[in-house]
Amino acid sequence: MSSERVEVPPAPAPPPPGGAAAGGADAAASGDESPSVVRTRTVEIVVAILLLGFAGVMGFDNWRTGMGWAPDGPQAGYFPFYLSVILACASLYWLAETALKRQRSASPPKSFVNREQLGRVLQVFVPTVLFCVATQFLGLYVASFLLVAGFMRWVGKIAWWKCLVTSAVFSVAMFVVFDIAFDVIMPKGPLEALFGR
Amino acid sequence: MEAIGLLLHGFAVLFTVKTLSLMMVGLVLGIFVGVLPGLGGPNGVAILLPLTFTMDPTSAIVMLSCIYWGALFGGAITSILFNIPGEAWSVATTFDGYPMAQQGRAGEALTAAFTSSFIGSFVAVLLITFLAPRIAAFAIRFGPPEFFAVYLLTFCSFVGLGREARHKTIISMCLGLILSGIGLDTVSAQLRMTFGWKELFRGISFLVAVIGLFGISEIMITMEESLSLRGHAARISLRVVLKVWKELPRYWATLLRSAAIGCWLGITPGGAIAASFMGYNMAKRFAKDKESFGKGRIEGVFAPETAAHASGTSALLPMLALGIPGSGTAAILLGGLMVWGLNPGPLLFVEHKDFVWGTIASMYLGNVVGLVLVISTVPLFASVLRVPFAAIAPMIVVSCAIGAYAIQNAMFDIWLMLLFGLVGYVFKKVGVPLAPFTLALVLGSRAEDAFRLSMIGAAGDLRVFWSNPLVGTITTLAVALLVWPIVSALLARVRGAPAGSTA
Repeated sequence: MSSERVEVPPAPAPPPPGGAAAGGADAAASGDESPSVVRTRTVEIVVAILLLGFAGVMGFDNWRTGMGWAPDGPQAGYFPFYLSVILACASLYWLAETALKRQRSASPPKSFVNREQLGRVLQVFVPTVLFCVATQFLGLYVASFLLVAGFMRWVGKIAWWKCLVTSAVFSVAMFVVFDIAFDVIMPKGPLEALFGR
Repeated sequence: MEAIGLLLHGFAVLFTVKTLSLMMVGLVLGIFVGVLPGLGGPNGVAILLPLTFTMDPTSAIVMLSCIYWGALFGGAITSILFNIPGEAWSVATTFDGYPMAQQGRAGEALTAAFTSSFIGSFVAVLLITFLAPRIAAFAIRFGPPEFFAVYLLTFCSFVGLGREARHKTIISMCLGLILSGIGLDTVSAQLRMTFGWKELFRGISFLVAVIGLFGISEIMITMEESLSLRGHAARISLRVVLKVWKELPRYWATLLRSAAIGCWLGITPGGAIAASFMGYNMAKRFAKDKESFGKGRIEGVFAPETAAHASGTSALLPMLALGIPGSGTAAILLGGLMVWGLNPGPLLFVEHKDFVWGTIASMYLGNVVGLVLVISTVPLFASVLRVPFAAIAPMIVVSCAIGAYAIQNAMFDIWLMLLFGLVGYVFKKVGVPLAPFTLALVLGSRAEDAFRLSMIGAAGDLRVFWSNPLVGTITTLAVALLVWPIVSALLARVRGAPAGSTA
């Protein structure tokens, strides 16, 4: 019963991407696409500014460490300091190039990510963050069970029993391979403590 | 001829049940990794590296390099059957491979791809066998100034020859170099760029960065593009295989040309991606009927695959002989060497003969076994792609986390991986190349040490980099490569100006 019901939900899911790919040819490119969340140009400017800030912080710290030239060669901060300077220059160039480009071209702005895409990216990014949090408190194996089962269920819309079986088999297999066979130690939580591992 | 004796010794090292079974495991895992979109050679090797921490170095590198061969083979399967390149270097394979599959010649295309992959690797391995020991023997006399000059050459060639916008390459490289400097400075034993934060004292492991940059960000990109997998059926019969092999000698020129391109681009940091495109374009240029390319021509599969594999394999040559990786994956293997307690560089050939020749022997064996394995199991691996991505994506995330944590047993590294994942996603979308970043991160501290050791040796005199003909040539070449784009742009302007005025 449940397995029959499963086959239905995934079916509507695949068409949009296939349709979008095939429809791209006949529909005017931006016509049927979901609205852009942020333009590539904006992201480029933000990234360039962040890099500039990063270069500033690193440059300052290395200046404090000592960026001079001691008798026996450069001090500890010498290389990173000048690399920060180069990084700052390259970021400035990027910033200027991106900011000035806008005045010249009148073509429609390039979208960095549209709403539909952002939704899908968050679908994988948010669970990954939650997984990292769970790893910190519950240990990696329990967290991986939750991630695989949860992701399959909510993103893949796969039947419950399949999700649970797959993720249980996966987590146990990982435990056997890493913890027992290869002696690679992973973060563990209360559940593993219960079994005395 | 000495090389042949040593190679036989390498085979002797290799022929134990344990090593051979690890090789098979590596190949299967590699093909699997290569087939899955959202996972590729570098990520696969990086994620699976922790498995090898408790092995001896020879078994470890045999397994890891087999993962790499497997990934190279696997990339072709998705390109041909699904029109989705599993790897960036198999993009050119889709041009003619997918049309062939559409015409019902999938078996032929796959056989062609695997066979030419094998030929490409084989030529490159031959090159490694006979050239690497010579280079290592030559480089053994290198002191810190020579090594710094070679590192400089590597960095400069990325900037000078890279295809991306130059300022973005520079940004990526500087970022990698700065991050590699975080933590304890090895020469002066001073802490730097840690801001008193304990987690940063260890420095940033480049493997964590690679897993985040390639693994996590690739999953995000794959989700964003939301691929629909509708592939062609694949069955390879022995008859088809023999048919393709019988035709093979006819294309000797294409194969040889592509192999040469691949070897060259693999040793210099051009990479397999550039090689596959160049191989394809060259085959097209030399062909009599150029129009038939892109419509399912077998040469269009032979050319890029041979070049990609020749390049992917020969990228290991500078890694073994000089300790300088020719590709991202080679950089990760280099990181592995350090984890296993080996010191990469020309001394490897003297101090760890078993390791080096075992590795080279495993390249021969791994490619032969890989070819047989991949031809016989294509339907199996093609069916992997029918597993819903929703089940595979979280498993990849978990594997990434395991890989990141295992390197230093630090929870902080898992968070760092997440951060690098985000950075990688943004960088890919705004066109900042990631390869220079990886290379800089792995070579950064070695390059700095080499520089500072040569400064200590020469009492702070920069002229040490031109102190003898060898180091002088390399340094000059590096500087020339760095300024070449500027010079060529100026030349173009000078030449362009009169032309513009006459017109």
